[in-house]
Amino acid sequence: MSDAASGEGIGQPVRRKEDYRFITGNGHYTDDINRPRQTFAYFLRSPHAHARIKSIDTSAAEAAPGVVAVFTGKHVANDGIGGLICGWTVTSKDGTPMKVGPHPILALDTVRYVGDHVAMVVAETLADARAAAELIEVDYEALPATVSLSSCQDGKAPQVHAEAPRNTCFEWELGNKAETEAAFAKADRVVKLDLKNNRLIPNAMEPRAAIGEFDKGTGIYTLHTTSQNPHVARLVLSAFVGVAPEHKLRVIAPDVGGGFGSKIFIYAEETACVWAAAKVGRPIKWTADRSEAFLSDAHGRDHLSHAELALDKDGRFLGLRVKTIANLGAYLSTFSAAVPTYLYGTLLSGQYDLPAIHVEVDGVYTHTAPVDAYRGAGRPEATYLIERIVETAARETGIDPAEIRRRNYVKTFPHQTPVIMNYDAGDYAASLDAALDAIDYKGFPARKAEAARRGMLRGIGFSSYIEACGLAPSAAVGSLGAGVGLWESAEVRVNPTGNIEVLTGSHSHGQGHETTFAQLVASRLGVPLANVEIVHGDTDKVQFGMGTYGSRSGAVGMSAIAKALDKIEAKAKKIAAHLMEAAVEDIVFENGVFTVQGTDKSLAWAELSLAAYTAHGFPSADIEPGLKEGAFYDPTNFTFPAGCHICEVEIDPDTGIVKIAKFVAVDDFGTVINPMIVEGQVHGGIAQGIGQALLEHGVYDADSGQLVTGSYMDYCMPRADDLPSFTLGFTKTECPSNPLGMKGCGEAGAIASPPAVINAVTDALGIREIEMPATPARIWEAAQAATSRAAAE
Amino acid sequence: MYQFNYERPKTLADAEALLGKADDPKILAGGQTLIPTLKQRLAMPSDVIDIGGIKDLDFIRAEGDAIMIGAATRHATVAQSADVKKHNPALAALAGGIGDPAVRHMGTIGGSIANNDPAADYPAACLGLDAKIHTTKRLIEADEFFKGMFETALQDGEIIKEVTFPHPEKAAYMKFRNPASRYAMVGVFVSRGPWGVRVAVTGAGQNGVFRVNDMEEALSKNWSPEAVAGIKVPATGLNSDLHGSAEYRAHLVTVMAKRAVAAAG
Repeated sequence: MSDAASGEGIGQPVRRKEDYRFITGNGHYTDDINRPRQTFAYFLRSPHAHARIKSIDTSAAEAAPGVVAVFTGKHVANDGIGGLICGWTVTSKDGTPMKVGPHPILALDTVRYVGDHVAMVVAETLADARAAAELIEVDYEALPATVSLSSCQDGKAPQVHAEAPRNTCFEWELGNKAETEAAFAKADRVVKLDLKNNRLIPNAMEPRAAIGEFDKGTGIYTLHTTSQNPHVARLVLSAFVGVAPEHKLRVIAPDVGGGFGSKIFIYAEETACVWAAAKVGRPIKWTADRSEAFLSDAHGRDHLSHAELALDKDGRFLGLRVKTIANLGAYLSTFSAAVPTYLYGTLLSGQYDLPAIHVEVDGVYTHTAPVDAYRGAGRPEATYLIERIVETAARETGIDPAEIRRRNYVKTFPHQTPVIMNYDAGDYAASLDAALDAIDYKGFPARKAEAARRGMLRGIGFSSYIEACGLAPSAAVGSLGAGVGLWESAEVRVNPTGNIEVLTGSHSHGQGHETTFAQLVASRLGVPLANVEIVHGDTDKVQFGMGTYGSRSGAVGMSAIAKALDKIEAKAKKIAAHLMEAAVEDIVFENGVFTVQGTDKSLAWAELSLAAYTAHGFPSADIEPGLKEGAFYDPTNFTFPAGCHICEVEIDPDTGIVKIAKFVAVDDFGTVINPMIVEGQVHGGIAQGIGQALLEHGVYDADSGQLVTGSYMDYCMPRADDLPSFTLGFTKTECPSNPLGMKGCGEAGAIASPPAVINAVTDALGIREIEMPATPARIWEAAQAATSRAAAE
Repeated sequence: MYQFNYERPKTLADAEALLGKADDPKILAGGQTLIPTLKQRLAMPSDVIDIGGIKDLDFIRAEGDAIMIGAATRHATVAQSADVKKHNPALAALAGGIGDPAVRHMGTIGGSIANNDPAADYPAACLGLDAKIHTTKRLIEADEFFKGMFETALQDGEIIKEVTFPHPEKAAYMKFRNPASRYAMVGVFVSRGPWGVRVAVTGAGQNGVFRVNDMEEALSKNWSPEAVAGIKVPATGLNSDLHGSAEYRAHLVTVMAKRAVAAAG
């Protein structure tokens, strides 16, 4: 049966197999799991952004009811346990490696942000642990904190790490400075823009959680945890932190309720649970509450940038130069050095033929929570910068914003940008045209006039985005400083009854892999979707995997499955040839049936599967019994999803409230396995992007370093009624760099939408800049300022 | 949460007796503020006295030219009450716009006004409708009841029994929600009735709900949105935080007042 006929194969909007258990409350999240004799952990956190710990007295806590043990940084250090690491080394422009301060599991003598881990109480109940934590006496010497990104490098700001003078971790650059200077020298016009990319706090629906266990009999540690990449967690915990040898540590990431990047990282709490489980000889469970999540999950974005775009007299882009200060927080998190460098600077060419680019990024420490990858990771920052300055250029040159983009698009492929990336395929004008049609661009002036009659300000904003996904060719990332390769693994196990288990190194935490991966298998092997089980998230089951982030699971994870399926098919054909006494070359495999070309001989999938395991009469030299194949797939290039988002807003000038009147997203994701799931990914991404543009803002008090937005009372998550009904469209250029032609879709919405929204808001108000999030208060103030400027002129 | 004694009396008299005995009691009504506060360990009462079991406190009665609402009546009940909708639709709409459905099905009018959160909605209705607050000890005029942020005229051991709202001729409530919390950043209740004209503002003031005399005078002369369009409240004394400056809130008071008058018709 073809994919369309079965309704289950590639390209079909199959309902998600996993949803039944999720929506009926039958999922197994880490906190749903309980182990015999389990104890509970509570972490005492620093109330100060910066303080010296003079002493810690845990005696009263140890004596409190129900307390099993109390641990501090000294216990961890005495056990020879190392600190947390950053898996990517960035080199400064002077050739020196980035300056890394220690990142202990529990603080030793200094705390560096509000929420930093000071002590761990293990008790019979969570209430006991929490109550005992209040009895720990920590004598702090509070110190002044560095919070402001603009002044943290001034030499006067308190230093976060002794290793990093001027709080500067690295001063990185990319591109060609001389060529860029030359481009600016011959420019007819230079457009300048200062931009802030606001700090975001991830807020996955399920907070982080862990259960650490130690089996004294076997010496094996087990960690159940909320991870996007359990194998990477095991590798870091064994090879770098030194909790246990890799073969004595099992990491299980069961059902995980959202990650958005924040669950890639290896954190202190999870590490402490597995380490301390052996100390207390009992399982230890920890589940973050929402307040802890706000304080201690790695945050996202937080850039301060100055950008300049050089244009010729026809509005063609000649060069771009960018200076960015990127907040890394108090400690380097697992991939934090890569995000504002190789995931950011490399995308600054956007969709444009930009002959010269030079970008400088200073990664800096502040007394705030660590900042790392968050949905899009670097690419939203790049897209925001390029799409804001291109829109500004359109306004300053008087060229229509669609036209200035069209004029500058990359039109031939492959295209080598000045910032590493080699775009392999795309048709940017096709997405733009489809988006212009969908939003009825021609009708915009009439809509604006109609809104004006109602006293509303209507504006339109564009975003032609590109991202690099399918992370990533191992050789390429290795040359750029990654400590790991970014391939993926898969194993396809055919059971004697013909049903199939697929073990993947990808990890699903909302993406729907159990459905989409099964669709690929169903399509390739001609079996019903119900006969395919996707197994993931357990280092004891899956040999190794790099996990899920960077929109890589389709392009990389499924490519590995496709490669393993090739091997399965080859072996199955060999068996079929033997059973039907034909030559392998004459075996045709279609819709789950093996036939001998030109004959009426055939063999069904299930018959062949059984035969593979009965192995009766197999020529032992040629055919091994069984049907199981594995593959590792290393991509040959990044993938380049791209598209065009257009947003129309209406602003109530009396209140500053923005209503998103229309939102069109046209995306080119290459091959789409399940359009329903892809649309869901786009919806979620746009919701997060609109959240960044209009609502969300992680704010620390500039003096005390206290997190001001530590709950939903002040941190504004997007709600359904903040969002319009999205109009989605798709164009398609197949990705030539992987066997399925897939590009990835998980981050596009979050990458593309913020500049579209802000371009629309600034258009409506007739202003040049507004900071994200463009809250009603900011919009009202900007409108007031614009009105008084107009009055003065 | 810290440990506390939990009591659920069946009568007001029992509740009063329990209040009198306890060292540091807290009354639990709908729990929409108290429970989160306890969970965050921001309060450590010796006793929590749950008045949710006192049937006599849960009622709505329309009598004469007023509506009486029992202190333990939930917001959803007020919002859906045929009597309230008929005689005081602005009050029903206000109750129907508090928090979210879960909050409205737990939270009570007595809990709301006793807590006097500076961003709560009911204080604006009480002040804006010249409500009378009946307690176990006395009758308190709304004008005398709200004393400042989280402060009321209630004394130790005093329990709200009911709130009486005289019927207005015209009334409306307009709320500008804090985008994050959805509490009122500025909520303006306007009314005209036997008491004259009232304009009560919640959310904006550092000391909680307040009346705007200039607007009341202007509306007494000319009940129209234009009458208040030009009246600005001073920014002094208004809240200023990351969601908006005092000036912005002052501006919103005028905008919301204008819209409330328009909505009241």
